[in-house]
Amino acid sequence: MAESTAPTDDEDLAARTLNTLWRIRRFEEAVDELFARGLMHGTMHLSVGQEATATGACLALRPDDLISSTHRGHGHCIAKGADLNRMMAELLAKETGYCAGRGGSMHIADVTTGNLGANGIVAGGIPIAVGAALAQRLRGTDRVAVSFFGDGAANEGACHEAMNMAAIWSLPVVFFCENNRYGMSFSTERAFAVKEISERAAGYGMPGVTIDGNDVDAVYAATRDAVARARSGEGPTFIEAVTYRWKGHSKSDQNLYRTRDEIEEWRARDPISRFERAATASGALTERDVEEIRGHARDAVRAAVETGLAAPDARPGSLLDAVYATPAGRAS
Amino acid sequence: MTLAPTTGAAPPATRDLTYAEAVREALAQAMDDDPDVFLLGEDIGVYGGAFGVTGDLVHRYGTDRVRDTPISELGIVGAAVGAALVGMRPVVEIQFSDFTCQAMDQIVNQAAKIHFMLGGAAQVPMVLRAPGGSGTGAAAQHSQSLEAWFAHVPGLKVVMPATPADAKGLLLAAVDDPNPVVVLEHKLLYKRSGPVPEGPYRVPLSQAAVHREGKDLTIVATGVMVSRALAAADRLAAQGVTATVVDPRTLKPLDSDTVLAAVKATGRVLLVQEAPSTCGFMAEVAALIAGSDALYTLLAPIARLGGLDVPIPYAPQLERAAVPQTEDITAASLELMKY
Repeated sequence: MAESTAPTDDEDLAARTLNTLWRIRRFEEAVDELFARGLMHGTMHLSVGQEATATGACLALRPDDLISSTHRGHGHCIAKGADLNRMMAELLAKETGYCAGRGGSMHIADVTTGNLGANGIVAGGIPIAVGAALAQRLRGTDRVAVSFFGDGAANEGACHEAMNMAAIWSLPVVFFCENNRYGMSFSTERAFAVKEISERAAGYGMPGVTIDGNDVDAVYAATRDAVARARSGEGPTFIEAVTYRWKGHSKSDQNLYRTRDEIEEWRARDPISRFERAATASGALTERDVEEIRGHARDAVRAAVETGLAAPDARPGSLLDAVYATPAGRAS
Repeated sequence: MTLAPTTGAAPPATRDLTYAEAVREALAQAMDDDPDVFLLGEDIGVYGGAFGVTGDLVHRYGTDRVRDTPISELGIVGAAVGAALVGMRPVVEIQFSDFTCQAMDQIVNQAAKIHFMLGGAAQVPMVLRAPGGSGTGAAAQHSQSLEAWFAHVPGLKVVMPATPADAKGLLLAAVDDPNPVVVLEHKLLYKRSGPVPEGPYRVPLSQAAVHREGKDLTIVATGVMVSRALAAADRLAAQGVTATVVDPRTLKPLDSDTVLAAVKATGRVLLVQEAPSTCGFMAEVAALIAGSDALYTLLAPIARLGGLDVPIPYAPQLERAAVPQTEDITAASLELMKY
């Protein structure tokens, strides 16, 4: 285990990290393009510019650890290990998608890799992660649950109730707040009277840290420490990772609430090129490694689009049978 | 009072328990059967539950499995959803059904929809128990009958036990079910006694009970209205009118066959609920009857008797006036007999 190693310093971690970063970026760029070309319907919440948070946090998890995700959840899903083909098929409304076309982008999930689901309700996944962690406590496992949520969710009552319950019961949860500076159009400056959201952790009796969410090393280190605490029974931790979404909140966003300069300033802090510079400077990756990884990610996403477009459309015939689980289908 | 036993083969050994004791016995047997079953709720531990339902369970099963929670209904239900998603079988107690309003996101947007939204890749086998209904002087925020809200949501199952035996049998079936089941108990019934089978006993979640059979009309009633309907049926019998009394028990999925068969056999039907009539559950039953061939057998219009369209008031005489009483059911039945 490279427990104390930074992703930018370690060949294996660096390669895995960059691979995940580019898979997320290319996936979402492809989604953006498919939408623009009218080949994808519905709405999308893209995390372009925020890839370091999902990547660094999931890198610190075991495959059997659990996450709850958000409406901006493609990155979490990919970073936890989901199959790009089934993800893209779902967004393309295909029968072969993760949710057989019943969920789409906002409900993407891969429970086999521990992703309990994106969520269309802000803060909806936070109490769910606490419950998943409670189940681990009751069963005596050492699995950890990480709840991803945004700065907007931090102001929902669900977040308050969930954080308190996790704290009083010392549950193995990591509250991972991706502060991308805006809840839709409402800036964190307007939405919070505290300077850092992590200050609130003290009110629940848990440690809280604020980190640079565009720095994979910082995200990985903070999550690794929080997961270690959780796994050893010391309880939950609150991590605030400050980042920025380059794209609008969703497809309807005209960016009326922020300036072009601000967006450009954050684009200059691109977490992926920053990681590439650091990992090549440290010698963990060569320029050629970087090119190869970029190429792999591009090819994987291209293949996902091709297979997705060719897949059969979601079938309406089975809709009524899909509402209730049957006892025979009881999962472990 | 003691209700007549439900239809179906009577299981062997029964003894009288209160409705609350029957629920407690079901919870204990569910926990004995399956280590994944655990209870979650406000004051369900040493306090024993606001209505004394969980009683001594914390001493028998420990504070992990009979888990007291902070006053955080949304968090409690959310935690149950999360635990259920990874294979546990949580049974949540919400102290008053009115407080489910605090938890609606997790009930309606999460628990009910996750199996569907995820394309069947996950299940939410949880039970939410909550006492509803009026009659205790607790006024408008502690007395509602909200069953129609839940029955309207695809993905939820909804149960309203009216007898101690059903309180136990329906709850054990709900715990077994791989879906979220809302069990609406009734505060006025907790202290009522009746015969309850000793062993783990399950009432399928789609089977109505025919409590009494008559020739002149069918009364369909839910919750505490079942015992009032039976009392009304006694009074009607004294006047030479015999009534069939049907309790759907499970509102969703509804045993429409039993309801329709009873209506066809009697030609008149009175639908009784405690909740306000407008958009209530019995409106659905009325539509079911009107849309079926039972319509052609009707000798009288379909009649509904529900609560007034008002919040439940505090003063006892006002509270009583707001929901159907035995004499109202008797009178409405006699009205039907004029046809």
